[in-house]
Amino acid sequence: MTSSTLPATTPTRSPARRLRRAGGSGRSESRLATWLILPTAVFLLSVVGFPVVKALYLSLFEDRFAGAGPFTGLGNYAKALTGDGSADFWPAFIVTNVFTGISVTFELAIGMMMALIMNRAFKGRALVRTSVLVPWAIPTAVTAKLWLWMMQPDGIVNAVTGQKIIWTGSEWPSKWAIIVADTWKTAPFIALLLLAGLQIIPGDVYEAARVDGATAWQRFTRITLPLLKPAILVAVLFRLLDVLRIYDLPALLTRGSNDTKTLSMLVVEQVQGSTKYGYGSALSTLTFLYIFVVAFAFVKLLGANVVATQAPKEVKK
Amino acid sequence: MRRTAWAAAVVAVGVIAAGCSSGTKTAGSGGKDAAGTIMFATGKDTSGKLQKLIDAGWNSKHPSQKVKLIELPEDAEAQRSAMVQNAQAKSDRYDLLNLDVIWTSEFAGKKWALPLNEADFPKDQFLGPVYDTAIYNGKLYAAPWASDGGMLYYRKDLVPAPPKTWAEMIKDCAIAKKNNMDCYAGQFKQYEGLTVNASEAINSAGGDILKNDGKDVVVNSPEAKKGLQFLVDGFKQGYIPKAAITYDEEPGRRSFQAGKLLFMRQWPYAYGLGNTAGPDSKIVGKFAVAPLPGPDGPGATTLGGHNLAISAFSKRPKGAAAFLKYWTSAENEKQVAIQLSFAPVLAATYDDPAVIKAAPYIPVLKEAITKAKARPKSVFYPDVTKAIEENVYAALQGKKTVDQALSDLAKKLEEIAKQK
Repeated sequence: MTSSTLPATTPTRSPARRLRRAGGSGRSESRLATWLILPTAVFLLSVVGFPVVKALYLSLFEDRFAGAGPFTGLGNYAKALTGDGSADFWPAFIVTNVFTGISVTFELAIGMMMALIMNRAFKGRALVRTSVLVPWAIPTAVTAKLWLWMMQPDGIVNAVTGQKIIWTGSEWPSKWAIIVADTWKTAPFIALLLLAGLQIIPGDVYEAARVDGATAWQRFTRITLPLLKPAILVAVLFRLLDVLRIYDLPALLTRGSNDTKTLSMLVVEQVQGSTKYGYGSALSTLTFLYIFVVAFAFVKLLGANVVATQAPKEVKK
Repeated sequence: MRRTAWAAAVVAVGVIAAGCSSGTKTAGSGGKDAAGTIMFATGKDTSGKLQKLIDAGWNSKHPSQKVKLIELPEDAEAQRSAMVQNAQAKSDRYDLLNLDVIWTSEFAGKKWALPLNEADFPKDQFLGPVYDTAIYNGKLYAAPWASDGGMLYYRKDLVPAPPKTWAEMIKDCAIAKKNNMDCYAGQFKQYEGLTVNASEAINSAGGDILKNDGKDVVVNSPEAKKGLQFLVDGFKQGYIPKAAITYDEEPGRRSFQAGKLLFMRQWPYAYGLGNTAGPDSKIVGKFAVAPLPGPDGPGATTLGGHNLAISAFSKRPKGAAAFLKYWTSAENEKQVAIQLSFAPVLAATYDDPAVIKAAPYIPVLKEAITKAKARPKSVFYPDVTKAIEENVYAALQGKKTVDQALSDLAKKLEEIAKQK
């Protein structure tokens, strides 16, 4: 794999020389671009493309006692979607979507609030900005242990709220435990992306709105939200893809008990635990396809919209 | 010319065939070892003393064929992954494999471990149930070297005599109530510990889960129902606290050490910690251990522990076999018990005064392990334990009746056993 990248990197010298001679005409520039991109493309193909193709290939074979079995075509996919495995697959699919829907919504709402606060000028702003980022800086495994401790039956969460909830011992409390931990960890990430978006909105737009008598809420919905939309979409897209393959938090908090087993956990369980590489590869390919479809639909539906709605606004200004 | 080529080919094929067939003979028979160090793959040695013990003993006597540890992660699942991956790649990186008792069948069944010469490990010197964990298909595939078993920890300051039966223990729960404590807890979170606790209850009631190396499913029996019912009723009637559904070893131990729990099913490791004076233990000197209770008398604990196997891809099986014989000798087992605090596997070690002095619970543990049972044996153990965990957990939570849980479990185990 690595050896194939070598011949690709060495020829970059010659187009560069040619570029100098040609003085940067359009055609040679695009050729240079091709050469410059080539090493990256080869590298990505070997570290991303190869595993995907390999998993696809493995998924076409049955699992046997000690290794790979005979070719089964789409048998493993049928097993997951409608066969023996469907009793595990569909609940995992649903719970993964539940986590994604709820936590991304919360993260966006809380992240937005954090960003708005951080964007204001006040004393100690640097301190607030830094402290908001702390949860994001903590490794997820540590986050999970932290919340596991706090959510124990005699833990601090129950002590502070005066409840006697057994958080990781039944279905919805288990789900909430994971959602809370995930939101706590990644709301700052969204806040950071949104803050970057907020800082490029010029202050005079708000001033003009204020002169026109717009209320704070109107300023938020008519100015902030539309102008922030590209940043919001990027943040949500990142988080969607992330939560759809969530593994670490549920693995450490609940180990998939109480109906919290996500698609990624199912894959790991089949591949590592049961050493069913064929079936596990089929599951991971299904997960990959699903995430791909979601990402594609998101960009297609909302991404196209971004460009369309932004253009007239520029005109109005 | 042609003739010599043919002869060479025949020799080459012969060599390859000999190389292959050595896998079916016992370790230590056959040709010479490759030179070099014997690599001992084991989970992280948290005591830090294992390599030193080997250096002082074997390595000083066998400078040409030393044994060296390869420490794998502390997490059991990660250890198994590393060993499975090496076996699938037919790698000769590991010579000795420190297998959790529950992996032994898988490694033996998949021919990743070599059968051992049974004369080197005389059965009568080992505790019976411990020796049994290393048997697959009637043959010895590993040398037991560390055992583990559950015991009933009880507060001797509150309970005059430890309960011998479940009924006695439930009666003693009145004492817990009077003192505002929880009564009994084991490990009931959905994980490997739940399989241990469930099979303990089922075995204690005279039932079993799998027989015949996992080929026969016997879990749907009145005895097994009686066993599981004891745990289910615990949650229903309150002699097991509701919070225990989240317990693995540590939360139960903390509750016991905080003086909030009267009876606890636990491994020996909690003994020393409970008797360590300090803010973490309010029960120093106030507790003792007894064999686990059962329905009509002492119950059967489920064995933990580790067996040492020789990798089928090792290039030094002879040296590895010689080391295993040396390592499971009485003198070394004594050191393992005292210095590494592992439960011994040899019957004689349990009676050694020096061992008892180092670990006062040893006589009780011997009684427990003598009556112990292995966890269900199967080459598909990861699937088996998952099925047990899921169905037992559903029963404990009241989502399935005991009958339903066990018939679902039996159905699932039949499917698993039928896999090719």
